[in-house]
Amino acid sequence: MLTAILTGFLFSIFLVFVGRFFKGKLSILASLVPLGLFIYFTQFIAPVTNGEVIMRNFEWIPSFGVDLGFKLDGLSLLFSLMITGIGFLVFAYTSSYLKGHEYLDRFYGYLASFMGAMLGLVLADNMITLFVFWELTSISSFFLIGFNNTNPASRKSAMTALGITGIGGLFLLAGALLINNITGTYSISEMLTMSEAIRGNEFYFLMVIFIFGAAFTKSAQFPFHFWLPGAMKAPTPVSTYLHSATMVKAGVYLLMRFTPVLGGENIWNYTLIAVGGFTMLYSAVHTIFRTDLKGILAYSTISALGILVFLTGLGTKEAFLAAAVFIIVHALYKATLFLVTGIIDHQTHTRDVKRLAGLNKIMLPVGIAGILAAISSAGIPPTIGFVGKELTYESALHYESLAIFLMIGIVLTKIFLLYAGFVAGIKPFVGKLPEEHENVKMPGFLMWGPPLLLASLGVLFGVAPFIIESALIKPVVTAMGADASEIHLALWHGFNIVFILSLITIGVGTAMYFMIKPSKKLENGIARLDFISPENILEQFNKIFVSVSNFWTNFFQNGYLRNYISIIILFLVVLVGYIMINETRFTIDYNSLSKITVYEITTTLILIAGIFYTVFTDSRLAAVAAMGVVGLSICLIFVFYSAPDLAMTQFSIDTLTVILFVLVLYKLPKYLKLSDYKTRVRDGILSTIFGLIVTTLALEVLSEPVSKEVGEFYAANSYIEAHGKNVVNVILVDFRGADTLIEISVLSIAAVGVFGLMKLRLKMKDRRRYADRSLNEENLKK
Amino acid sequence: MRTTIILKTASNYLLPVLLVFSIFILLRGHYLPGGGFVGGLIASIAFILHSFANGLNKTKELLIMHPGFLLPLGLAISFLSGLAPVALFDLPFMTGLWSHDPIAILGSVGSALFFDIGVYLVVNGVTLTIIFTISESA
Repeated sequence: MLTAILTGFLFSIFLVFVGRFFKGKLSILASLVPLGLFIYFTQFIAPVTNGEVIMRNFEWIPSFGVDLGFKLDGLSLLFSLMITGIGFLVFAYTSSYLKGHEYLDRFYGYLASFMGAMLGLVLADNMITLFVFWELTSISSFFLIGFNNTNPASRKSAMTALGITGIGGLFLLAGALLINNITGTYSISEMLTMSEAIRGNEFYFLMVIFIFGAAFTKSAQFPFHFWLPGAMKAPTPVSTYLHSATMVKAGVYLLMRFTPVLGGENIWNYTLIAVGGFTMLYSAVHTIFRTDLKGILAYSTISALGILVFLTGLGTKEAFLAAAVFIIVHALYKATLFLVTGIIDHQTHTRDVKRLAGLNKIMLPVGIAGILAAISSAGIPPTIGFVGKELTYESALHYESLAIFLMIGIVLTKIFLLYAGFVAGIKPFVGKLPEEHENVKMPGFLMWGPPLLLASLGVLFGVAPFIIESALIKPVVTAMGADASEIHLALWHGFNIVFILSLITIGVGTAMYFMIKPSKKLENGIARLDFISPENILEQFNKIFVSVSNFWTNFFQNGYLRNYISIIILFLVVLVGYIMINETRFTIDYNSLSKITVYEITTTLILIAGIFYTVFTDSRLAAVAAMGVVGLSICLIFVFYSAPDLAMTQFSIDTLTVILFVLVLYKLPKYLKLSDYKTRVRDGILSTIFGLIVTTLALEVLSEPVSKEVGEFYAANSYIEAHGKNVVNVILVDFRGADTLIEISVLSIAAVGVFGLMKLRLKMKDRRRYADRSLNEENLKK
Repeated sequence: MRTTIILKTASNYLLPVLLVFSIFILLRGHYLPGGGFVGGLIASIAFILHSFANGLNKTKELLIMHPGFLLPLGLAISFLSGLAPVALFDLPFMTGLWSHDPIAILGSVGSALFFDIGVYLVVNGVTLTIIFTISESA
């Protein structure tokens, strides 16, 4: 199983080296990867139908309970088959859609690593594994949305999508940590057995919030929905694959997966019903204001995701069944519609639904695919869409409370979705062919084959729902924690209230299709309300955030080293000073102080003289030299108090510092009057206070009872454990060797930094010089 | 830069003496004051003194390689000395390994010595890189 997940990543690494062979005719071979995986996963259908759950565990960080744990049950299998199956069709479609594209190999690389990440996500049983793959899908989605990286709008959409789904990923991590804190495990299967304890915990509310945060951002629920229409900037195969069929369903998947763990409480159910219900209606209504085919499909996808969240929230067995069926329904018809849209865009170079009609005369197979998908999306028999809609209506109708309102909501949503499906799947193909499209050509088989296949499956499953019943649907319902034994899928449910509602839906929706024509006027109408849209509010917030952080950074880090030092010292003074005023006893234990010798007095006097000279001299060179005197005096003090190691190091460092200063001095103006009188007084006061605080601190430490444990440990063990008599050095190279290793790495980075900065400056100077020279030559020519 | 003949002559003799001294400091570190850090600083001071007396280009010729190359070399030595117990004896990272019999002059040799040699090289490389780069642009 691990190999299956890694295949996608390995393939994309493989493409890095041999990608150029996959740009031409061979690109179709890339689709063999998802096809192979699809075949691999079909072998699990039989065991999963029999109720088996396949577990695989690979140890990763066992001490933290973080493992690469995978679990294949009904829910995972349904998603795995969708990911690899639709993946195969999308890979094949891409080879024709992006034929001859300069970066086709790169595209396949992103797509393959997305497939791997998505498989990992739906198969993961360990929450940390889940989180890792969750973020990987966000990252691959980022690359795919920004694939046309020369287009600023694409880049912006990619950033927005990454930002929103990335924050969601952090929510997931927080949720994982919190649940782990309570249950002591990251394994979702183990959490299943502790559901009672989790739901009774005082932090239950917080856990639910975190999981919702992750699911709602990924599955584009209101108010986080706006990244999905933006993500339509990606090439159409990406929109098909990531942003309708698979990735955006990850949030729904998460909710379904956690229903048996966290579900059943009112806050879980009502929040999901409210958010899902609002999202489905809100974005379904939005579709009538769009004229871009992909825009229509994006909003109807959000609406479909809303329906799935809504159904998960209902929490009844009927609702789980409806959700399981609707996942398949939606994947089949929405992927078809996206692929059809891609074909239209590719052949006619427009996606404006106002300008599209009558394409049946040119591309009949594409038209058939579109119309079948539209019928399935409308829920007209004999498609699987009809089955799905009936189940959805039934589960809303049978809900314990407020059934009438839920019913109205879902019926209205379905009416608008029917309209959207008709506009996207039927309108471009019927009617009179406009003159501008008369020369449009029929696309190749690789392009019309996949959508036609998907659309036909929608009809096939509708006529014969038993094909998917026991293999895919029942195990999903079981995985969601309900008893699935009595489920029976059928096309005909009898003449009842649900059937009447279906008829109303189809009637009203079809009437709407004939009455409302997509127009610029409607689109402009909704654009006027943009200022209160969540997207706009977030953008405004972003702007304020950027300007505040800009101000903040400029205030504290204005590029003047002296300001940095002042701020650091001021901060320390306030912080330490505050604590000292409250805590200090201001008693000095004179007995603990050693006798003052004449050497110390002399050295201190030299030290003070050095400081005064540094501060008051007018010459930079003299200041540097005086600083050297200060450093060397400190060296001497180290020697008096028997710290020869420190003294040696200080001595060398001081020498080098003076040399460095002298070198830099060449670059600075000679005259030393940088600061005016006021600044000097300010700095003087600040440094005096700081000095006083440090002195008090040192004296205070002396009067505390000292714990010598650490020092004694090192002294006792340095020879026994590390064969060294110089404790300081033994600490550096042995006891705390890892610290030293990091420190020398930091030093190296600093050196590389200095090298880079200085050499870059030299280059700039050179460049300017060359630029001047060429300018002069041009002038001479004239 | 104009330099006196005395400094120039002296630096030619001081360079090897100081280098030997820096290695001496490096080696004695485990028992007496010293160690890789100070040793590296002393070595770099030796080269800087040479460059002051004879000019930067002469010192660079003497070094053959750019001092920056000491950084990856030193880091690698330090890291490998920490990795050795993991790779060879399946012990935790940075466990001290020691030869059974003391070697003449050096005394008992262990992985800590190699770690310290790495530190010595890195410190030397960092200091020389920074100072050479700045004085080139000055």
